[in-house]
Amino acid sequence: MKRFILAVSLLCSSALAHADLKIFACEPEWGSLAQALGGDKVSVYNATTGLQDPHHIEGRPSLIAQVRNADLLVCTGAELEIGWLPILLQKSGNAKVQEGQPGSFMAAQQVQLLDIPVKVERSDGDVHADGNPHIQTDPRRIAQVAKALAERMAQLDTANAAHYQQGYTNFNTRWQQALQGWANKAASLRSTPVVVHHKSWVYLQDWLGLKEVATLEPKPGIPPTTAHLTNVLQQLQTTPAKFVLHSAYENPRSAQWLSGKAGIPVVMLPSTVGGTPAATDLFTLFDDIIQRLTSVQG
Amino acid sequence: MQLTQTTLAIAIVAALAAPTAFAETTTGNAIKDTLKPSANWEGSLIVEGIYFDSNKDEAAHEEGEEEHDHEHAHLPGFPSGGHDHGMREGLHTGHIEAVVSGNINDKLKARVTTGIMETEDEGLEMELEEAFVETQGLGKGVTVKAGRFFSDVGYLSSKHNHEWDFADNPLVYKGMFGGHTNDDGVQLSYVAPTQQFVQVGTELFKGDKFPAANSDDTVGAATVFAKTGGDIGTDHSWQAGIGHWRADSINDREGELHSHTRADGSIHAATPSFDGKSSINTVNATYKWAPNGNAQERNFKLQGEYFQRDESGKIDLVKPDGGLERTLDYDGKQDGFYVQGVYQFRPHWRVGLRHDQLDSDNTLTQANGKAATDHQVETTGLATEGHTPKRNTLMVDYTPREYSRLRLQFNEDKSTPETDQQVMLQYTHSFGSHGAHGF
Repeated sequence: MKRFILAVSLLCSSALAHADLKIFACEPEWGSLAQALGGDKVSVYNATTGLQDPHHIEGRPSLIAQVRNADLLVCTGAELEIGWLPILLQKSGNAKVQEGQPGSFMAAQQVQLLDIPVKVERSDGDVHADGNPHIQTDPRRIAQVAKALAERMAQLDTANAAHYQQGYTNFNTRWQQALQGWANKAASLRSTPVVVHHKSWVYLQDWLGLKEVATLEPKPGIPPTTAHLTNVLQQLQTTPAKFVLHSAYENPRSAQWLSGKAGIPVVMLPSTVGGTPAATDLFTLFDDIIQRLTSVQG
Repeated sequence: MQLTQTTLAIAIVAALAAPTAFAETTTGNAIKDTLKPSANWEGSLIVEGIYFDSNKDEAAHEEGEEEHDHEHAHLPGFPSGGHDHGMREGLHTGHIEAVVSGNINDKLKARVTTGIMETEDEGLEMELEEAFVETQGLGKGVTVKAGRFFSDVGYLSSKHNHEWDFADNPLVYKGMFGGHTNDDGVQLSYVAPTQQFVQVGTELFKGDKFPAANSDDTVGAATVFAKTGGDIGTDHSWQAGIGHWRADSINDREGELHSHTRADGSIHAATPSFDGKSSINTVNATYKWAPNGNAQERNFKLQGEYFQRDESGKIDLVKPDGGLERTLDYDGKQDGFYVQGVYQFRPHWRVGLRHDQLDSDNTLTQANGKAATDHQVETTGLATEGHTPKRNTLMVDYTPREYSRLRLQFNEDKSTPETDQQVMLQYTHSFGSHGAHGF
């Protein structure tokens, strides 16, 4: 009898162990974070790669199918996915992950946002009313998101609540250590003036103390124009910059043009996990970012 | 709603006054959500300007034909599809769409789309294209839609004019459904819990729109459809679908008035009126390519659809005074397809090619069992004149921002025995916020 009970309870627990929390991550940074927190209790689907522009994704059939099956959506929010996530929610017919449900987790709602606009209109480009959504380039904010996400995972999958809590504790210990290391390595970057392609690095700038002196896009989301690039070049004569930043998914032509004219190097940075071959998870992502920034500085 | 928002705003302002409450407001999102005036309400306007030039009209005028009545909108071998206005020549405003959408509650959304167009005689023609409520997140993959809406039976059938990759609709849509595929009814669709996208659905319609008409039944037309799709790596994605549309009790579906002068100088005039049933089968496939899944710089889209229609019943030839001239037995088979490819070769610039082709095999029989005469077939509007309608199209468009587009298109239109060279220059601009388009 005892053996029977043991067998049954083993069967039950193994069944539970396989009852994965199915997570749909809009961007790879959140997929990577959810995997780090959940381990073998979660299965993660990344809707985008590090080489895609998360502003412009199509609501493809494959994505509808994945949202249909998800228990939890982990996205940036703050309107970053406004062009494609609503149609996936509409078409999926999945009640669990709709806006406002526990299955809908928006990272931008867990942290203080920067660049909150005073007014929003088309003449200003792709301005996000809630603030700049590119929060994943600040590891301090990732730590805040991690805490909230672990809580949300525990809330949705109560049977494994302790597991997620443990996952968070382990992650956070390693993360705080890594943070210290990155801060030490990047100390020399403080106050470095930089030009950026799109306003996607404000959080990295905030963390490392980089100074953005110009953007290659005349307005957010509006591709660089020759006239604007010429203005930037002129501006650099009075306020010089040390380098031009662009992310892995942006066309490097404009950055290279400015680099050639102004005689400053181009730095391509992974904006998320998978943006470069080295950035395989959140830890190596920031290793790579710091490495690329400090090496160009010489 | 307004009242709750105001109350909440006041509550938040009051909370802000208390320092302890402020300390807990880490993100300020609640405040912004409350103060956003239009969070629940979206409106957009799509405005089109068009220049159209056709050599056929000029030729017709040169030949001194008494009256030009846009006969060229009619496709040989295909019953005429309701109000299909051919394009007007010259420079003028085109199809204007006004769209309003919003949430009714957390599970229900509504959308109304009105199409507005000026007609040849400078009158305004308005069409309520869509006016429906739709569930969101009902659960278990189920979505229900009710009201007036575009059918999902084909790939392009649910798309509005401004979503087309060409300035005009494929010929097979004109031939099969006339103008739009909308009707009043309900739609039930289900997305299966599978790794690959699988959707099945059904629609029950009143059955008032071509090729249906004046049904005795509560449900005058119905469809079933299925779609599946997925990705191949990060660069490729695809979708394929099948659909079936049917209407079993069509009454008095009127065709175009036939009128000609007999050898003896008298005038013969009659209007065909169809009673019977009609069904359409359709298959479609779409493939998209974008390097690394980034469609912004370069992308390619290939799509094709095939439709096949079976109709059977009788056609009354009705005299202008309402009297019955004669009745013919009608057994109609019409089919057609289009295939098109659109390539965005650099940011903002696309080039597209399309081929349209139609075919028909209609049998008309007199009451005595003999085949109908050529003249009788002509009167029914189903004569082919031995012609197979075809059309080739070349398009180039420039989209500086996603809400404005300039398009130049050339059609070599052989949809009638006389080849028509058409040139279109189309400018489209959208105002306001507009939901994302489907795959």
